[in-house]
Amino acid sequence: MRTSKTSDDGTQGLMALEDLLRELTPQVLGAVVRWSGDFAAAEDAVQEALLAAATTWPRDGRPDKPKAWLIQTASRRLIDEIRQEQARRRREEKATLRDLPPEDVEERDDTLQLLFLSCHPALTPASAIALTLRAVGGLTTAEIAAAYLVPEATMAQRISRAKQKLKGASFELDTSEERLRNVLHVLYLIFNEGYMSSSGPDLHRSDLSGEAIRLTRAVHTLLPGSGQVTGLLALMLLTDARRSARTGSHGELIPLAEQDRTLWNKELITEGVSRAVTAFGTPPLGEYQLQAAIAALHDEADRAEDTDWPQILALYGLLEDLSGNPMVKLNRAIAAAMVDGPDAGLKLLEPLDEELAGHYRLDATRGHLYALRGDHETAAEHFRAAARGTTSLPERNYLMAKAASFS
Amino acid sequence: MTKFMLLVNLDGGNCETPMLEWDEPDMKAHMQFLNDHLERLRHSGELVEVNALTWPKHAKVVRAASVSAPVLTDGPYAESKEVLAGYQIVDVESEQRALEIAAELSSAPGPGGVPIEQPIEVRRIMESDADLEDF
Repeated sequence: MRTSKTSDDGTQGLMALEDLLRELTPQVLGAVVRWSGDFAAAEDAVQEALLAAATTWPRDGRPDKPKAWLIQTASRRLIDEIRQEQARRRREEKATLRDLPPEDVEERDDTLQLLFLSCHPALTPASAIALTLRAVGGLTTAEIAAAYLVPEATMAQRISRAKQKLKGASFELDTSEERLRNVLHVLYLIFNEGYMSSSGPDLHRSDLSGEAIRLTRAVHTLLPGSGQVTGLLALMLLTDARRSARTGSHGELIPLAEQDRTLWNKELITEGVSRAVTAFGTPPLGEYQLQAAIAALHDEADRAEDTDWPQILALYGLLEDLSGNPMVKLNRAIAAAMVDGPDAGLKLLEPLDEELAGHYRLDATRGHLYALRGDHETAAEHFRAAARGTTSLPERNYLMAKAASFS
Repeated sequence: MTKFMLLVNLDGGNCETPMLEWDEPDMKAHMQFLNDHLERLRHSGELVEVNALTWPKHAKVVRAASVSAPVLTDGPYAESKEVLAGYQIVDVESEQRALEIAAELSSAPGPGGVPIEQPIEVRRIMESDADLEDF
C-alpha cells in the first residue's frame, strides 16, 4: 500500500528521499539520544533505521510520519540491542527498559539539543567539531575526513572517542552563556576551516562554511534575541560573500584591496549588513558583533579606496578593549595606517614586538606599511621574513611574490 | 589540529650494531614496540600516515640534463646515517604533542632492551589555509 504523497521511483524520487533522510537524521538522532542517553548506541541504531527506510520506503511507500517511523524503528533496534547484550552477558535485568518514545513526536526538533551537546566543554575543540559535523551537520565521516585532510579511519576514531566521552552527559538543552560561547566558537572554527582553505583541490572544504552558516541560522532561530548569535551569523555571511574573489585561478591568495569586488555576492552582503546592524544594536557588545560591523564596512565599499577606515579604526579600538588580542592590535595598526598614514601604523606595531615576537603577520604587516611609505627595500626584507615564518603554503607563495615585487 | 611529519633516518642512535645483525628477540621486541606505538596513535585518532622506505640499494637519483636524457645514478649513499628510513605523519593538538610522540618513538628498544635513542626529526607540514586578507 502506498501511503506517500510523492512518487519514490525515478531519480527525482530517490534524490528527494536522500534529502529528506539527511534532514531528518539529526532530529531522529537527537530524539533517540535524549531517550536512551547513549550517544554511540543511538547512532548505530539510527543508521540501521535509515538503512531500513532507504530499502523499504521506495518499495512500500513513505509512511505518513517519516520522522516518527525512524525514531520508532531506531528505538526498537536499540532495545533489541540492549536485550541481546543483556542476554549475552547473563546480567541481571536491572536496567529498566523505557517505554518507546511517543508516536507523536513530529513537532519536536532535537537538532539543536544535539548541537549543544556536541559542543560539550569536556571535549577538545577538534573533537567537538568532528562530533558536531557528524551528528548535526549531516556530513558522512568520509566527507568530514576529506575536509580535514585525514584518513577516514582517523576521523572515525576521533568521533567515536568523542561519543564515548559524552556517555552519560545530560541531554537537557543547555543554553547557558558558557555553553553558548562554546557552540558559537565551534561553529566559528568550522566556518573558518572552510573559508580559509584555498580553492582547487580543497574546494570541497567550502562545504564546511555552508554547514556552519546553516547551523548558526538554526541557533539564531532558537535565540533570535542574542546579539552575539546574530553577530556571528552576520560575520559569516559577510565573509562568505567575498569567497570567490579571495583566490585566483591557481588558488593563490588575493588580499582585500586587490579583490575584484564585482565577484562579491550582493545577496549575502545585503542580508549580512542588515543582520550586522541588528546585532550591533543588541547589547552587550561582544567580539562577533564588532567583527561583523567591521566586515560590513569592508563589504559596503564598492572600491577599496571607498572603505570607511576611520570607522573601522574606531571599531578595532573597541575590539582591542574587549579582547586584548595582539592580532586585533595588529589590525588596528593597519587601520591607523590607512587613516593617518603608514608611520602611525608602524608606531602602533612597536609594542607588539614583544607579544608577537617573530610572528610572520607582524613581518607581513610591516612589509605592507613600509611599501606604503615607499621604502621598498625594507618592505622586501619584511616580506621575506614573513615568508619564512608562515606555516601556510598559499601565504608563503603570496609573501615571496610580494618580496620579489619590491626587490 | 596541526600536521607534523616525523622522520627517522637509518642512524642507529646510540646503538653501534646495525639492526640487521641484532638477535631475534631484540629485533622482535623492537618491532613490537613500534607496532604498539602506532596502535596507540591509531586509537587516539592522531595517525595520518606511516611508511617505511626500501633500503638505499633501491634508491635512484635523477637530474634533468639540458642536452640529453635525464641522468640517472644510484643513490650517492651506501648505508649512510643520513638516509631516510621511514616517516609517519600525525595530526595533533600542538607541537608539544608531536614532540612527545617523537620522544616515544625515539625510546624504541635495541639490543638488550636498551633504548637506542634514535634522533627523530619533527617537521611541520605546510597548511593550505590562509588568513592573510587584511590588505
